[in-house]
Amino acid sequence: MYKRIAAGIQAIGHRAIDGIWRLGCAARFFILVLLKSTTSFLRFGLVIREIYFVGVLSLIIILVSGLFVGMVLGLQGYETLQKYGSESAVGTLVALSLVRELGPVMSALLFASRAGSAITAEIGLMKATEQLSAMGMMAVDPVARVVAPRFWAGVISMPLLAALFSVMGVFGGYLVTVVFIGVDEGAFWSSMQNAVDFRYDIVNGVIKSCFFGVAVAAIAVFEGFDAPPTAEGVSGATTRTVVTSALAILGLDFVLTAFMFRGVD
Amino acid sequence: MSEHLIEIKDLAFSYTDRPILKRVNMTMSRGQVIAIMGGSGSGKTTLLRLIGGEVKPSAGHVEVAGQVVHQLSRNELFKLRRKMGMLFQFGALFTDLSVFDNVAFQMREHTNLPESMIRDLVLMKLHAVGLRGASHLMPAELSGGMARRVALARSIALDPLLIMYDEPFTGLDPISLSVIGSLIRRLTDALGMTSIIVTHDVQESLKIVDYVYFLADGAIAAHGTPEEVKGSTMPFVHQFVHGEEDGPVPFHYPAETYRKDLKLEVQFV
Ligand SMILES: Nc1ncnc2c1ncn2[C@@H]1O[C@H](COP(=O)(O)OP(=O)(O)OP(=O)(O)O)[C@@H](O)[C@H]1O
Ligand SMILES: [Mg+2]
Repeated sequence: MYKRIAAGIQAIGHRAIDGIWRLGCAARFFILVLLKSTTSFLRFGLVIREIYFVGVLSLIIILVSGLFVGMVLGLQGYETLQKYGSESAVGTLVALSLVRELGPVMSALLFASRAGSAITAEIGLMKATEQLSAMGMMAVDPVARVVAPRFWAGVISMPLLAALFSVMGVFGGYLVTVVFIGVDEGAFWSSMQNAVDFRYDIVNGVIKSCFFGVAVAAIAVFEGFDAPPTAEGVSGATTRTVVTSALAILGLDFVLTAFMFRGVD
Repeated sequence: MSEHLIEIKDLAFSYTDRPILKRVNMTMSRGQVIAIMGGSGSGKTTLLRLIGGEVKPSAGHVEVAGQVVHQLSRNELFKLRRKMGMLFQFGALFTDLSVFDNVAFQMREHTNLPESMIRDLVLMKLHAVGLRGASHLMPAELSGGMARRVALARSIALDPLLIMYDEPFTGLDPISLSVIGSLIRRLTDALGMTSIIVTHDVQESLKIVDYVYFLADGAIAAHGTPEEVKGSTMPFVHQFVHGEEDGPVPFHYPAETYRKDLKLEVQFV
């Protein structure tokens, strides 16, 4: 009995140490990627190519999801607000929820599962098939040539995708409340214009999505590079990218929100 | 400094506890084609990785062009590697680049050649392996033997001093096999480079190589020129050249006795 408890505690300790160890590895790798980013900026074509793969190919899912989220916000917002006779404030509700929270968070979650997993799988497979070793043997650093461009592509794409998500969301809200339900169009836009502050709402939203972009891209490239060079290794790493990214996004969102929107105006 | 391009001295290496290489000594000169043979799992690929500086020895050293590989800084190692080519056992073509771009990869990374010249060079390399017409294909569209030949074209892209071929002949039909064999020989002679071929194809490689090393049990078990090898009465060499199952080279990876592994003990006792 005593032995089993001891073994259990030991196992927990082991997992904790492993976790911290991996976190350390990830942090070191992150710094390495930053240090080796000069190639990415000198040969920006490499990054642009990856932006096409991670950013442009994520557009459809981001745009469609944004539209639907905005439409739901419009419906739910109208439903509640009209009870108090203030349905014209629905524009404010839609825009603020999107710009402050849903835009950055939802698009980051979608981005992690669409693009983050793809980055991990691609780098992991390149490692498993010795493409990274081969590149190293050709005196080309795989971190500079393969990892860094993908990282920066993710970092650059994320805020743009979040902005598009919010735009589509506002359009979705407009579609449902103004076009379908018949809320006054002037009231919809003017309440939105009055309530949304550029510095306080929009800039903070963009800052959030930048943080999420760095987190997702860093997790994706690390998991790919660190994956055991086997089929199971790569599939496990892909799953971990999505799960870890989601946790990181939600955790970061809380911290950032606490700093940005404390209710003091 | 000697005319030896590569000197391997008392080289030892292990991934885990089990030593893979225990004490390997070799010398290779410029202009030579050298074959390394040995059973599956005897550490041939590992030896190439050690020469390329991808892993570090646990004892001894590898000297390439007068430089001790594992003591080089990263920059020096990369500088040295520009003069090396390596054909990986499984090709390792970049799957996101076309055949053309794979072969052009190093030229674009390491030289400032104009694109028109790169195009000519790439087509020349591909022509040498008989795949000029396949330059627009993606690696996924190639057969195993074709991929291997593209990988070969890529490894000779910058005319290196030293090329290591890890099993260049596997998966090739008899015609491409002898074409590739003589290509390796001709390249070596024309450019005065050194070629190391890891191979199981004894007959084909004995036709083109200058010297053969047999790797077994973590050390060089035998070595000699093709004539010496063919005439050798050493049981080890004889077994290898004639492909016999019984002999000093074990076919099996070290293991428990077969009966014990199959849990036959209980029934028989
Ligand atoms: N990454 C690794 N980690 C642990 N052990 C390894 C690793 N790579 C190879 N080994 C072990 O090292 C030994 C030598 O492997 P190596 O790939 O050098 O053999 P080889 O001579 O090239 O065989 P083959 O002719 O089948 O390609 C094998 O027994 C293998 O189990
Ligand atoms: Mg091998």
